[in-house]
Amino acid sequence: MKCGQGTAALVIRVGDPFCRGCFREYFVHKFRAMLGKNRVIFPGEKVLLAVSGGPASSAMVRQVQEGLSREAAKRLRFIPGLIYVEEGAVRRQSPEQREQTLAQMETLLQATGFPYHLIHLEEALELPPSILQPGLEHAGPSGPSYKEAVDSFIQQQRQDGDSGTSVPGHSTPDTAAGAPASPRLPGAAQTQELLRTFEAATTATAREELLEMLRTHLIVQTARDRGYAKVMMGESLTRVAIKLLTNLSLGRGAYLAVDTGFTDQRHGDVMVVRPMRDYTAKEIAFYNRFFSVPTVSVPPLFTKRREKPSIHQLVERFLLGLQEEFPSTISTVYRTGEKLSPEPAKASSESDRCLLCLCGLDTYGEEELALEPTLILEEPAAGAESKAAYIPLLCYSCRLTFKELGPLDTLPPYVRAEGQRRIRRAEMEQNQENQESNES
Amino acid sequence: ESFPLSVLVHCFYFRGGAELLFDGVKKHQVTLPCQPEPWDIRNLLKWIKQNLLKERPELFLQGESVRPGILVLINEADWELMGELDYKLQDQDNVLFISTLHGG
Ligand SMILES: [Zn+2]
Ligand SMILES: [Zn+2]
Repeated sequence: MKCGQGTAALVIRVGDPFCRGCFREYFVHKFRAMLGKNRVIFPGEKVLLAVSGGPASSAMVRQVQEGLSREAAKRLRFIPGLIYVEEGAVRRQSPEQREQTLAQMETLLQATGFPYHLIHLEEALELPPSILQPGLEHAGPSGPSYKEAVDSFIQQQRQDGDSGTSVPGHSTPDTAAGAPASPRLPGAAQTQELLRTFEAATTATAREELLEMLRTHLIVQTARDRGYAKVMMGESLTRVAIKLLTNLSLGRGAYLAVDTGFTDQRHGDVMVVRPMRDYTAKEIAFYNRFFSVPTVSVPPLFTKRREKPSIHQLVERFLLGLQEEFPSTISTVYRTGEKLSPEPAKASSESDRCLLCLCGLDTYGEEELALEPTLILEEPAAGAESKAAYIPLLCYSCRLTFKELGPLDTLPPYVRAEGQRRIRRAEMEQNQENQESNES
Repeated sequence: ESFPLSVLVHCFYFRGGAELLFDGVKKHQVTLPCQPEPWDIRNLLKWIKQNLLKERPELFLQGESVRPGILVLINEADWELMGELDYKLQDQDNVLFISTLHGG
């Protein structure tokens, strides 16, 4: 044991048990070390923490609270806000159950004292098409360096006579959603429309991908609207390892680094960071238990009768089973992921960017791919309003998912609007090219 | 070694699976009957399977142990420190199961 005093409480590394006190030190230190190592969160910057009520994101919020209450020298210096996306509609919760979950979540959010935003998944139906385009980055290569930003922030604080006791975040005026009236559920028509989109998906895998996409877009849009430069997602090491193998199986091999890495810059102006990716699910579960971190439990995404489990579920079962036999499995997968480059995911122009996942298309020079049996769509091509017309706008993996989504009129409106715009644009460019070649 | 044991069994499932498994009840004060050999976790799991699990025991158990991804705490400490399946239960022990699983 580290301290030689406390009672052993859990094993993280074999033969080296932690007492509660040492475990807490270890856990809290890891969060600071993760942020310190990566140096992407600037002092005074607004950061939106995505909370699901689940163990990892709840532990993440607690780490930020811990970090903000420390003595000045070791204190985190960004300004946090919270966002919760309520997904009861696709988790088969009754309106009463949804209200109940919301009330539990709101209690949890309010207790932090941070400003927060409650969003319903139904609101994805009103997302603007621009969420499928990267926003303009505020601080490009000409912006201040991390060190400059830290120095000027410290100077600013000295000038303000900061005593080192005030907690940033509590005093910010941006509390538009600070204390809303009792939360209202979306109208039944909206819920029905959202459900139609999910029910039209023919596989559990496509439904999982759809949910992840809508949730991410809602979070990034909220960050964009409210001036948050960063979003923190609470994916654990265990979750990252599962996502690595899942995405590999889904044909997203080229994008693993952005899908699972510490930073994800595909949205441009809003950077997604994953500060919990060094913690195993076990560490998080014990931390939450020992230090009474509240969580809220929700049912899983609905599945259809006699449906095959999703790839996500199968990979989770496979990986955790293997971990039982070979205890280094998950950390090995995780470390393999560390060696991957984000370069292949970068898109140079709109025509090179996947409509759904915003990564650089990996389908160039692979026209024969379009002929692959798995990619051929059953419906007859009928101009721009056919599903087939969307295929060139998508990366290999999103083509597979897209095929398993329902007909066009069940797609979220923003996806359809942006898709139509790009299809028309490609047609116009094609026509121009044809004209030019005719003229010459 | 022939007194019945009273043990608190508590199951915490994040994705609401405990309701399905344990008939909506998360906390069970169970009384284990007298038996010639002392109760250990291995026997407790068997007893839970026969007496508490309502359906789909495979969501909770695998072989003679818990399913991978389910953590076990005995009196608020990691069961890996206590001999896991071989831990000998004592009266008033507190056994907690925490699921870290996402999917079903
Ligand atoms: Zn210690
Ligand atoms: Zn894509």
